[in-house]
Amino acid sequence: MPPHPETWLKVLPEGLFCEPGGFFIDPPGPVPRAIITHAHADHARPGHGAVLASPETMALMDVRMGEGRSGAQRQVLPYGEPITLDGVRVWLQPAGHVLGSAQVAMEWQGSRAVVSGDYKRVADPTCMGFEPIACDVFVTEATFGLPVFRHPPALGEAARLLDSVRLFPERTHVIGCYALGKCQRLIALLRQAGWDGPIHLHGALIPLCQAYERMGIPLGELRPATVAAKAELAGAIVLAPPSAIADRWARRLADPVVCLASGWMRVRQRAKAKGIELPLVISDHADWDELCATLTEVDAPEIWVTHGREEALIHAAEQQGRRGRALRLVGYGDEDDAGVEAVPGETALGGKVVA
Amino acid sequence: MIAFAELLERLTLTPGRLAKIALLRRFFETEPDPDRGIGLAALTGELAFDAAKPALIRQLAESRTDPVLFAWSYDYVGDLAETVALMWPERRVNAPPPLLMEVVQSLATTPKSELGALVAGWLDASPAPVRLAILKLITGGLRVGASVRIAKIALAELSGGRIAADDIEEVWHGLSPPYTELFAWLEGRGDKPDPAGAPVFRPPMLAHPLEVQDLAVLDYARYVAEWKWDGIRVQLVSTPGGRRLYSRGSEDISAAFPEIVEAMTFDAVLDGELLVLRDGPDGVVVAPFADLQQRLNRKAPTGRMMQQFPVGIRLYDMLFEADEDLRPLPFDARRRRLEDWFARAAPARMDLSELIDVPDLPALSVLRDGARAASIEGLMLKRRDSPYVPGRPKGLWWKWKRDPLTIDAVLMYAQRGHGKRSSFYSDYTFGLWRQLEGGSEELVPVGKAYSGFTDAELAMLDRWIRNHTTARFGPVREVAHGRDAGIVLEIAFDAAQRSTRHKSGVALRFPRVSRLRTDKPPAEADRLDILIRLLEGEATIAI
Ligand SMILES: [Zn+2]
Ligand SMILES: [Zn+2]
Repeated sequence: MPPHPETWLKVLPEGLFCEPGGFFIDPPGPVPRAIITHAHADHARPGHGAVLASPETMALMDVRMGEGRSGAQRQVLPYGEPITLDGVRVWLQPAGHVLGSAQVAMEWQGSRAVVSGDYKRVADPTCMGFEPIACDVFVTEATFGLPVFRHPPALGEAARLLDSVRLFPERTHVIGCYALGKCQRLIALLRQAGWDGPIHLHGALIPLCQAYERMGIPLGELRPATVAAKAELAGAIVLAPPSAIADRWARRLADPVVCLASGWMRVRQRAKAKGIELPLVISDHADWDELCATLTEVDAPEIWVTHGREEALIHAAEQQGRRGRALRLVGYGDEDDAGVEAVPGETALGGKVVA
Repeated sequence: MIAFAELLERLTLTPGRLAKIALLRRFFETEPDPDRGIGLAALTGELAFDAAKPALIRQLAESRTDPVLFAWSYDYVGDLAETVALMWPERRVNAPPPLLMEVVQSLATTPKSELGALVAGWLDASPAPVRLAILKLITGGLRVGASVRIAKIALAELSGGRIAADDIEEVWHGLSPPYTELFAWLEGRGDKPDPAGAPVFRPPMLAHPLEVQDLAVLDYARYVAEWKWDGIRVQLVSTPGGRRLYSRGSEDISAAFPEIVEAMTFDAVLDGELLVLRDGPDGVVVAPFADLQQRLNRKAPTGRMMQQFPVGIRLYDMLFEADEDLRPLPFDARRRRLEDWFARAAPARMDLSELIDVPDLPALSVLRDGARAASIEGLMLKRRDSPYVPGRPKGLWWKWKRDPLTIDAVLMYAQRGHGKRSSFYSDYTFGLWRQLEGGSEELVPVGKAYSGFTDAELAMLDRWIRNHTTARFGPVREVAHGRDAGIVLEIAFDAAQRSTRHKSGVALRFPRVSRLRTDKPPAEADRLDILIRLLEGEATIAI
């Protein structure tokens, strides 16, 4: 009988650890050997010994942290190409979260566990879609693990934004969006929805957009917002990190309509509390229905939840007849939830650090 | 219903007045009758259903959701209707979302026992924003921050400039949902609706604040003065079609003041001040505004409140006597009509505002400076030949408020403003020193100010607040405040009132920042005693 994944995939203070393979997955601090699911700040920290990630994630980590800062030895592994690390067969599979995001599949002595990282199930023109893998243990996130979170079709949200731009042609629509993934997806959605004019960017978003374009994701005409004249910004669409949209930076804009693209915007009180005039419910995380459907699809008898609202998802898993377990890994936050308050010391590219 | 739901969401989250008007205008332009009129009624508070209550919504939730997940979700969202709207399981049903008219009609006519199934069917056919709009409509929780006035301005824009918001005001209270004749008139497809004797509101005439430069050039012989009483300005409309008491903003406040409505046994439209009036040894005494506030806080008063805070009207003007529109007449002529009518009708709970002759500026100044009673806000100057013109026409009526009182207070907390000010800390909580046992002193908050400063002062305060934040509570920043640390604001206000709701025991009326006292160390800011003494000297005056 194959060993239960509990015996070889463990939660240590340093993070989720594959013992026979000798590697951590998305550890919150530097470790000798790490596999990184995707380049968001709460999953990809600098300064590891050896780092393994998809080629796109590696490139994005270089942009975010600086060339070669992710680890001393860096190895890229394309999707679907298994390698063996000390007897553990490992491969990456698309997670549909952001460009390069991967699930980490591991097999040891006939037992298989899959760590999803962050993921979503709906189509995204800027990254490959999630591919489910049957397994014995599925390690999932649960950022939006409550049934109140159901993301509407993202293209419809982009259309709502364009509708508002038509209604308020003199005002700047400034949209708070996370620099990596959300920003580029939003641009692609606006293009799909028919906006072919320029899109203005806060300086913090530019390097990652350029990186996406280098990797073959066309984003259309982008202009820096910071140097644009106020008159040019009337009627413009400006993308900026959430921390900038209601702060001093935004004063340059023409009577801005403050928007935020985030799954949290589903709850109106959250939008109101943050002073968001036009909430756009667009998320790169699975919503409640997607989480539940994914559990059914991968059909693992056991579900481990890394972070988020684990109690509700475990409750749902148990109702499907699966065993649920909360890992309560620390260090993961939702990149959107950095909020619109400027956080002192927050870097332009980094997300929030949640203890 | 989809357009209405989107409108609701945007109105709830939009701080700007012009943006609200644009959103409303587009809704009225693009939605067909009768849905746009029903939407208008819902937004202006004209719809109420009593059959459906939160209990029904709870039942619906229990029938369709897992109780454990519901409890966690409710806990997270914090609002029953929103929780149910968001977590309602989505089914593919072969039906469009209901029309607003359909929802409103069905809610009014469906027996209570069938309501659950009806609402569940609507929720099945609707996306989340529509579900929320339906549930909010049912529970009467449509608070979107769009005043009736804003809706009327948006409606007026439909006419392309032919019809003003004040014109709509004149017919408004004679109309009822879904307002198809109103829309027909606005769009040039129909005549102006005829209120036909209904007790409609007439837009009031307002006064301009008198500036120093005006004082020197006024021709005093052409003016007459009246006290400006510190109550609320009201319009009494009594016609064969009904009786209404309206606030200055056209809100129907009849239910809150039944004794006034009862006394309106005449056919006339009158302009006056609503005051708490008590009999004193030397005549009627006007109570301070705080007393009236007790009544304003209530939708319907108890008998005890009516006894404790008896209200009356001090009459200023007469707009109609029976069917005759007096508004084109000069003030003097209207005043004579008012006096003659008053002598004949002798209405209960009403008296006439006293006219005061002001031969010149010195006489006026003496008069104004002598008015220290808390119930007098200042003086009104009315040109003797002025017709009654809606709005704030220049040069006809002036108000000269007495000098505000001021205190030097210490800034304690700051909060971001709204709309254009959302990136600025522009709402300030300030405090005064209070002596503790043992002789030390602490700052106690006494009020909040949002205005009075220049843009440059706002920028300076914003910078200062960001650099001197000591703690954060959600959107609120606590700033450095102590004997040696902090910033002193000179706060102007119109009156001080006793308050049990404030820790300091005092509430200020119309506080605003009049100056930044960067020259003054916080330790030298004022003591709370100064306000307490003001309260003690607030004796009401007899006239
Ligand atoms: Zn992520
Ligand atoms: Zn994450």
